[in-house]
Amino acid sequence: MLANTGIPTEEDLKGVFPSMERLEKGPIAIFECYQHIPCNPCYTACKLGAIEPFADINDMPKLLEEKCSGCGLCLAKCPGLAISILDYTYSETQALIKIPYEFLPLPAEGEKVTALNRSGEPVCEAVIVKVLNPATFDKTPMISLAFPKEHIKEVRHFKRLV
Amino acid sequence: MKTPDILIVGGGPAGMAAALSAARYGKEVVVIERDPHLGGQLIKQTHMFFGSEKQQASVRGFDIAYKMIQQIEALPNVTVLKSTTVTALYDDGVVTAVNRAGYHKFLPKTMIVATGAFEKSLAFPNNALPGIYGAGAVQTLMNMHGIKPGQSVVMVGAGNIGLIVSYQLMQAGVEVKAIVDAAPSIGGYIVHASKVRRMGVPIYTNYTVKQAHGEKSLEGVTIWKLDEKWQPMPGTEMHYDCDILCVSVGLSPLSELLWQRGCQMAYVPSLGGYVPKANEHHETSIANLFVAGDVSGIEEASSAMVEGYLTGLYCNLRLEVYAEDMAALIADYKSQLHDLRSGPAGDKIREGLAQAKLEEALHVG
Repeated sequence: MLANTGIPTEEDLKGVFPSMERLEKGPIAIFECYQHIPCNPCYTACKLGAIEPFADINDMPKLLEEKCSGCGLCLAKCPGLAISILDYTYSETQALIKIPYEFLPLPAEGEKVTALNRSGEPVCEAVIVKVLNPATFDKTPMISLAFPKEHIKEVRHFKRLV
Repeated sequence: MKTPDILIVGGGPAGMAAALSAARYGKEVVVIERDPHLGGQLIKQTHMFFGSEKQQASVRGFDIAYKMIQQIEALPNVTVLKSTTVTALYDDGVVTAVNRAGYHKFLPKTMIVATGAFEKSLAFPNNALPGIYGAGAVQTLMNMHGIKPGQSVVMVGAGNIGLIVSYQLMQAGVEVKAIVDAAPSIGGYIVHASKVRRMGVPIYTNYTVKQAHGEKSLEGVTIWKLDEKWQPMPGTEMHYDCDILCVSVGLSPLSELLWQRGCQMAYVPSLGGYVPKANEHHETSIANLFVAGDVSGIEEASSAMVEGYLTGLYCNLRLEVYAEDMAALIADYKSQLHDLRSGPAGDKIREGLAQAKLEEALHVG
């Protein structure tokens, strides 16, 4: 259980994972924030009003799926590194996930890596598509990872092979 | 004898915030800090802070600290004494401090004690072996001095500090073998736990250290499971080879100066131990002696800073400063504190603070 292991259950994930219908339309942010803690930078970072206004700073983000463009502005602002961007439409067979990654050295674009699930177990092979590390991200680089579509509910991190 | 308007003991997050707002209306402020630099634990915090924009959410702790240090150093009415230790608070209001230049005496009009906290320890066989650290020491080595403390670690404590320091150890290239916590569930924010878990670090709740192993320094550690009554269960032992054991089992208020001065104290476990009783102006049972930050109850650094800002203003109020913006500032800081403590994560803090409340407003003028 999440509160004992740090691993969200299928049920936990179900509550925050976008519908297939929405995923077919393009990239969208996923907020794996399961606990009422005093924190709201995701809400203030969103320029599209895609997160319902917080009545209380301890609210959990509630995404308005139709308003989110998957731009990723919120991703590097989350102190809990709980946000990822999932693009199911990346290609015919591959999905793309953008995740925060605060480890040096950064991987290179084109590098093959092992995708990991939320327990840190290997899921499949993946390829680093993009490494974004502008000053505005303040040392939280955003890494784009392409991997086979069937693993969209599993992939959440990666391990370098080198 | 120097007679500052406001004397602040401690230059960590609460003390720095207190200094900034204490100095706002021109009062003469002295800050005494034991370390050779301001910042306290804040300068070791490489993670982004939680909270809202007002508490600089998403900004990293050390960046918040550097900004505050610069602001303090630019203020002509604030004197900072670094590498200086306050040695006593006397009954007549005299405060003594010592540093390399000698012995100093102060008779401040008001005073804020913002001494912070110390790390709790854990008793188990061989717990004095080299390689066994408190989480604060690990952060000092890695994040201040750039020294990797070892090759592999077992972390004891799944509170926010244990989880954050585990992550920082991984960033430094140290293998984190496991995080263990005697409590039945993870005490820190779940997002911090998920962050290390998805990199493969197991978290064992209901587990504690049975014993550490090693000849001259740490070579390994045995952990075992606790039952519902927190009793160890033989047969559940697991062994890890490691050269670091990091202990992060909570903090206790560093309240010796307040004891010495004779402040009314209360034992409140949810606030970390003995804390001074304080009224709603953060004033203790001793007139003109105020407290802010972890010394008055263990909380997040965000709350410590807001408390500091607020207490600096209360000292000005006591010194009969009347400024147009003061009421609005006080109301804003109070509402920030209310928000930070209002969720389930703040339940214990709110209960604890109620127990430490000084009922009679003894000296509020």
